[in-house]
Amino acid sequence: MNNLRQFIRSFGWPRIIIGLFLLSLFIIAPFVGVKVSTSLSDTIVRFGMNGVMVLAMVPMIHSGCGLNFGLPLGIIAGLLGGTLAIEYNFVGPVSFLMAIVFSTPFAILFGFGYSKLLNKVKGSEMMIATYVGFSSVAFMCIMWLLLPYKHPTMVWGYAGTGLRTTISTEGYYLHVLTNFLQFKIGKTFMFPTGMILFFALMALLMWAFLHTKRGTAMTAVGSNPVFARASGINIDKVRTLSVILSTWLGAVGILMYQQSFGFIQLYMGPFYMALPAVSAILIGGASVNKASILNVVVGTFLFQGILTMTPSVMNSMIHTDMSEVIRIIVSNGMILYALTRKSEVTR
Amino acid sequence: MSILKETGGQKFLGIIQNNAVPILFGIIVLIGIPLSGYSVGYLGQEIVVRIARNSFLIIALLIPIMAGMGLNFGMTLGAMAGQIGLIFMADWGIVGIPGMILAMIISTPISAFLGWMCGKILNMAKGREMVTSYIIGFFINGVYQLIVLYGMGAVIPIKNPALVLPRGYGIRNTVNLITIRKTLDNLFAIKIFGISIPIATMLVITILCIFVIWFRKTKLGQDMRAVGQDMEVARAAGIKVEHTRIVSIVISTILAGYGMIVYLQNIGTLNTYNSHMQIGMFSIAALLVGGATVNKASIGNVFLGVSLFHLMFIVSPTAGKNLIGEAQLGEYFRVFVSYGVITIALVLYEVRRRREKARGGRLLAQEQAENMEENT
Repeated sequence: MNNLRQFIRSFGWPRIIIGLFLLSLFIIAPFVGVKVSTSLSDTIVRFGMNGVMVLAMVPMIHSGCGLNFGLPLGIIAGLLGGTLAIEYNFVGPVSFLMAIVFSTPFAILFGFGYSKLLNKVKGSEMMIATYVGFSSVAFMCIMWLLLPYKHPTMVWGYAGTGLRTTISTEGYYLHVLTNFLQFKIGKTFMFPTGMILFFALMALLMWAFLHTKRGTAMTAVGSNPVFARASGINIDKVRTLSVILSTWLGAVGILMYQQSFGFIQLYMGPFYMALPAVSAILIGGASVNKASILNVVVGTFLFQGILTMTPSVMNSMIHTDMSEVIRIIVSNGMILYALTRKSEVTR
Repeated sequence: MSILKETGGQKFLGIIQNNAVPILFGIIVLIGIPLSGYSVGYLGQEIVVRIARNSFLIIALLIPIMAGMGLNFGMTLGAMAGQIGLIFMADWGIVGIPGMILAMIISTPISAFLGWMCGKILNMAKGREMVTSYIIGFFINGVYQLIVLYGMGAVIPIKNPALVLPRGYGIRNTVNLITIRKTLDNLFAIKIFGISIPIATMLVITILCIFVIWFRKTKLGQDMRAVGQDMEVARAAGIKVEHTRIVSIVISTILAGYGMIVYLQNIGTLNTYNSHMQIGMFSIAALLVGGATVNKASIGNVFLGVSLFHLMFIVSPTAGKNLIGEAQLGEYFRVFVSYGVITIALVLYEVRRRREKARGGRLLAQEQAENMEENT
């Protein structure tokens, strides 16, 4: 009994409630005529789509920069990479690779500037990160109009300049990972092996990095900055590295998302993209200053599971789509819960 | 008592740095006005309209700043309460000033409850009030949608079919507020130099300003300032810190609700699911443009901010069109500036806080040096 209580306490009530909610959705599903296999398949696909963006939260949480509400900055680097790959006419799987290659220098540059800013405002990173994300998205809205892109699939047909709001990735990197080694069980269950493998690779690299000397230093800075300084770690440098990593993962994350989703969404598209990623990792059991790869996996699965299941089940049950409202309440409620926990470290 | 000896240049730099945001904005507006080609009369009229429309909402932000809780992004809560009041008013068909008063009466308990809840949550998240209140806004937006989009007409009776979606429940995307449109503004308006001035609205705003000034001098207001200065010292002095903080948020939320009603009576239509989400951002950006910071804001900041921010807002689309030939660019530019100014103000505040610490250090060093001289 005591063990159970301790488990509940360490796992946290919100997670248990959300887990049970998802479980009940899966149990109800067959009775209201929703195919579990399709839903499960969709959940896995969406897990792969969003996994890397959630993973992008890990380095900054580890180095004590808090939740990366500035994820849109990384996403913008990814958008630049993706559009450049198309602009230079790379097609097929190569375009995905080139998109990552093109986005890397932007991610490093943006991440570097962003980290310089965050190092100046230690203690209130999250609020400023939110607004850095917003203002960079708004700034890029202007740039998407002005940048000299020429490729006919991307620019507005009649004007010949200015990028479209949505650009199809078909013929470029659409489903390059989803279709890689993909297999089917029965008619309705599809497993996107390539996407999951790619996510696993990223997660493995992240895990390995956190166990190197630099990675340990990062954890030390996050969990006890005073101790870290005493042991000769350059705190600002470590934080810079973590922010750059986070930004780069955000860039790769959005490319993953696009290759499955099929469209590059520009302009206000990335505006609210940080919130789902933030709440996913929190649902997985992370707190403002503690996160593991397991949190990422569990959280993304739970969050995306709810997103996939609620509309279909709710729709067939009460013929109303309340999923959007439920998503807003669950994801923001989760962030609120995490923000109000007493963090062990006070700066 | 000693004053830090600074050179003239340092002092000048200090003034510039302390007012960086309004100066920057003044420059943007000064460049924008000739580019847009609007007449002074037109701009003057627009400014008056917007001061009347927005000031009430922005003044609602002042009290939490006084209590050291930063910019109250949770003012959207009050806005939602105000909108619920307006929906009921429209449903019951009460028109004109009585309608507005009814909407205010309905919004008050809702605002008070939401504000109390927000205050409770913010007390659990000391030190990150702003980001928390920001997320509370999103969270309550979900609850608001649940009530307005699914509850109203289904659980909560709404009898006016013009308000309800064709499916039988839920409020339509836009609610027509023609019955109270500009009732307060036109109650008593006079024309000066061709600019019509809504005296009644201005009077309401003036009364609110007097209330805020008076409030600062009350016991509660003094307590709030003490809490804002230093929570621990205030606690030691016997002030109920948590309670004071909650009260400040409750007052702010209720005022924001009223402000939203004043705002929407000027606009004349309610965007049921959008109006409240933008209002927080615009109000905060306007206040910051006026030179307020996270911990200091005055009524002067409010009016300077509304004028400068909305001048930029009016001017930028046409300026963008005339400059580059694309109105869309100006649209994006003003969105960028709204967010950018909040970012800059937040960063400057943090940097300044550090500089104050450094100044304190320099002061200490100077005093010590003086003591040394005296001793030798």
